[in-house]
Amino acid sequence: MNLNIYLGMLRQAENTLAESFRQVAEGHGAEPDVHFLCRTLAAQCDRHGELLHPVVQRYGDNSSDNEPERLHAQGLATTRNGPVGLLRDLQDLYLLASLVDVTWTMVKQAGSALRDKDLLAVVDQCDAETATQLRWLQTRMKQAAPQALVAAR
Amino acid sequence: MVDRIANIWGTRTPYSRDGLWPVRVDQVLDDGIAEGDVDRWVQSACVLCSNGCACDIAVKDGAMVGIRGRAQDLVNHGRLGPKGLFASRQGVSHKDRLRSPLVRENGQLVECDWDTAMRRIVDRSRDLLAERGPLSHGFYTSGQLFLEEYYALAVIGKAGIGTPHMDGNTRLCTATAAAAMKESFGADGQPGSYTDIDSCDALFLFGHNMAETQTVLWSRVLDRIAGPDRPRIVCVDPRNTEVARHADVHLAIRPGTNLALMHALVREVLAQGWEDAGYVRDHTVGLDGLRKAVEPWTAEAAAAVCGVPAADIRDAARIFGTSDRIVSTVLQGFYQSSQATAASCQVNNLHLLRGMLGAPGRGVLQMNGQPTAQNNRECGADGDLPGFRNWENPDHIQELAGLWNVDPMTIPHWAPPTHAMQIFRYAEQGSIDFLWISATNPAVSMPELPRIRDILAKPDLFLVVQDLYLTETAQYADVVLPAAGWGEKTGTFTNVNRIVHLSDKAVDPPGEARSDLDIFLDYARRMEFTTLNGGPLLDWTGPEDAFEAWKSCSRGRPCDYTGITYDRLRGGSGIPWPCNEDNPNGTDRLYGDGVFPTDPDYCESYGHDLLTGATVGAQAFRAQDAGGRALFKTAPFHPPHEEPDEDYPLRYTTGRTAYHFHTRTKTGRSRPLTDAAPRAWVEVAREDADRLGISEGDLVRVTSRRGRIEVPARVSGIAPGTVFAPFHYGYWDTGGRPGVHPTAANELTLTEWDPVSKQPLFKNAAVTVEKIGDATGPAPAPTTTASRPTAAPGTTPVPATAGGDGAQATETTDTEPAPRFPDASKNALDGGRP
Ligand code: SF4
Repeated sequence: MNLNIYLGMLRQAENTLAESFRQVAEGHGAEPDVHFLCRTLAAQCDRHGELLHPVVQRYGDNSSDNEPERLHAQGLATTRNGPVGLLRDLQDLYLLASLVDVTWTMVKQAGSALRDKDLLAVVDQCDAETATQLRWLQTRMKQAAPQALVAAR
Repeated sequence: MVDRIANIWGTRTPYSRDGLWPVRVDQVLDDGIAEGDVDRWVQSACVLCSNGCACDIAVKDGAMVGIRGRAQDLVNHGRLGPKGLFASRQGVSHKDRLRSPLVRENGQLVECDWDTAMRRIVDRSRDLLAERGPLSHGFYTSGQLFLEEYYALAVIGKAGIGTPHMDGNTRLCTATAAAAMKESFGADGQPGSYTDIDSCDALFLFGHNMAETQTVLWSRVLDRIAGPDRPRIVCVDPRNTEVARHADVHLAIRPGTNLALMHALVREVLAQGWEDAGYVRDHTVGLDGLRKAVEPWTAEAAAAVCGVPAADIRDAARIFGTSDRIVSTVLQGFYQSSQATAASCQVNNLHLLRGMLGAPGRGVLQMNGQPTAQNNRECGADGDLPGFRNWENPDHIQELAGLWNVDPMTIPHWAPPTHAMQIFRYAEQGSIDFLWISATNPAVSMPELPRIRDILAKPDLFLVVQDLYLTETAQYADVVLPAAGWGEKTGTFTNVNRIVHLSDKAVDPPGEARSDLDIFLDYARRMEFTTLNGGPLLDWTGPEDAFEAWKSCSRGRPCDYTGITYDRLRGGSGIPWPCNEDNPNGTDRLYGDGVFPTDPDYCESYGHDLLTGATVGAQAFRAQDAGGRALFKTAPFHPPHEEPDEDYPLRYTTGRTAYHFHTRTKTGRSRPLTDAAPRAWVEVAREDADRLGISEGDLVRVTSRRGRIEVPARVSGIAPGTVFAPFHYGYWDTGGRPGVHPTAANELTLTEWDPVSKQPLFKNAAVTVEKIGDATGPAPAPTTTASRPTAAPGTTPVPATAGGDGAQATETTDTEPAPRFPDASKNALDGGRP
């Protein structure tokens, strides 16, 4: 069974997303909504990691499979400045959250095939929150984009 | 004669459940004026809070010389409160009024004529539109203009310029009321009615110090309390307010923890099976989600977070769960605090669970702060679209484009309208260069004032300020426009109870001052805004044209005004909307049939996730298939982002006193009101004062991470660990800038807002308090309100607040039968007096 590979990827992706939310929160303190919500959402990602823990205990967590990463999603090392910088940072978060989202979906597929109710319950809770994270990022980006791309100096 | 400073609510006229609130006509005439001297009485309503008490203005020799309440009006049955009696005309008839436009020359504001001032605005506006486009323009208006003025501004901004950057200080006072109703019911629109006070068995006040914010409405409650079958009262407020003193249960909650308490109340109602299963099944969706969200919130869990006894939470829940008719009111204690929309939606949820909507004595009043806030929400000079239209619904945009005959592309609808705090952020970053502020004073009323002052002072920001006085904000302006005030212009406005009043012009404005409507129309003309066939976008010549245009815009929407005319509003009572062919006399309360405006083609909003503010979107909203049912919405509790710590160990909250409105531009110019509450203070609990070595009247410094204030301390009955400062005290009367001892409560507040309503947080910050000087007398805080002192044993009591000779009003009872809905408005239809 290869589910352990995906559980490893998922843990890694949630972790990266949490760190990146924190990075953006700190880098954009002058945007209080971004600052506070990114901190809240980082904590949500941490919690997803904790909820995954018992699942990982059962199936294992193979983060060193032989298949090398072709696409590197290493998270935000630093944040950018200014209105366009904010937009791009949010967009990076969006990409990272999408990776989390699609990985949850694949784990859910496996959970369904395994008829693992406990795993499916975890997926249900976490994936719904990830979906909301994506929607928030999109809402905030749509708000910021016209000003950043058209009017900002 | 009654001293209405000492006796804020006047003399009791008790009545019983389902009775009519007796008439009591309150009147004040200037010294030396007898009733026979009055030339004429001009109909109006008070604009000093959201209650909108109907009144008549006494006019003699072209001046306003007195005021009296209108007996036949559904709102106040003749009464007026201290602000209406002593500040409505006194607040505008003052020597400090602006009499001519001002423009900045070599750093100084100098007088000029209208043509010079308007040309300067229009030149700048045109240049910027050509250079940088509509997103360079922002408009920040008020909760104190008239409907006609908001609608003109909305059309200018949305169809003339095409900017999404329009908001009002209604964002600071009423945004959450609107947001909570949109989330729960699908559209804005007050479900309940003031008449529900007459019939209820239980009254819940959630963060609503009604005794001070709407004094006349509180008189109505006091008269029920004095009657034979008083309603039970539950008060959620950290201060020992007048409401708390009359409460059966007072939950003196820690600021920032409302949602935890609400979760516990909802959980308890569900756990005890007190919900109305039939109503829930037929008229709501989403119960499972709600049940799951509140599951962890036992009374004990909430008690630990909120700092109130679990038994009191259970008592409150029992009253909610078992009373037959319940009214809830909600105001700033919820709206200006953490998780504002989620907490306010839980109030709606409680009522939905018990089916407590749309019947006498069963209703929710999501209150407003300012007198005309409702109209800003309806007309769309704030972050809404006119007529409660949905910015995400292309058909609604098409309707507006049709009404205005403009290209739908002009109307900004690609993103949510920009909220006030974001407008100021864009100005801070320099992408908004043109900011027009009308009838409001952000230099005192917005959070984190040191930052706001820096923004207003930015050299490259072109700032237009339109006001009655040279406010703290106007002192930063490039152009100052003198506006006509209340009694000096004609227009309509709508109170928190959906009742529309006409305010007729009684006297001429001073000097060259002009009505806000005339100013906006002049700008539109000079900008040559046109419709698709080349005609002028705004061809109105006066307020009645504007009102008629607004009626077309409101047609078929929840706030339908099509059955109202200026004529109908003259002579009788104000009329509650919707008023149309189906409801010719208006509508006392909404949702009697349990049908809510959640039809996706009709609703004002597809809603948001209440934790993050993420939009739900059309598709997901349709998938819920609410189709006329209300929505149970909530969010997980999250502790406030700034909590007390070692450096800032106390919780800080701000608010109003009964004697002042806003930043005192009007009430501060009334002798009786200023004498009652002359200067700023801070309230500290007895326990905290003892620990910090503070006695009544000592000068203290209150410091947060943003700034400091230095004001005398009032030792009061506030919850220990919490301090309170009134937000009225800026610097116009002390030289314009914070001097050595800053007094504005917002020096300390933080820049943060609710994710859904975008209402800033004024009720939660961490501060430290230290004594910096000995008392020279008691603190200048009233003794008649929540700021009542708790005397230390053995000290001289603080003298009671009283008004003396200048604060006498007559109160006349039993002159006529009380007005009743719908007769009061029906008579207006027949052209007669009730
Ligand atoms: S309650 Fe409000 S509207 Fe009525 S008189 Fe007082 S301030 Fe004016």
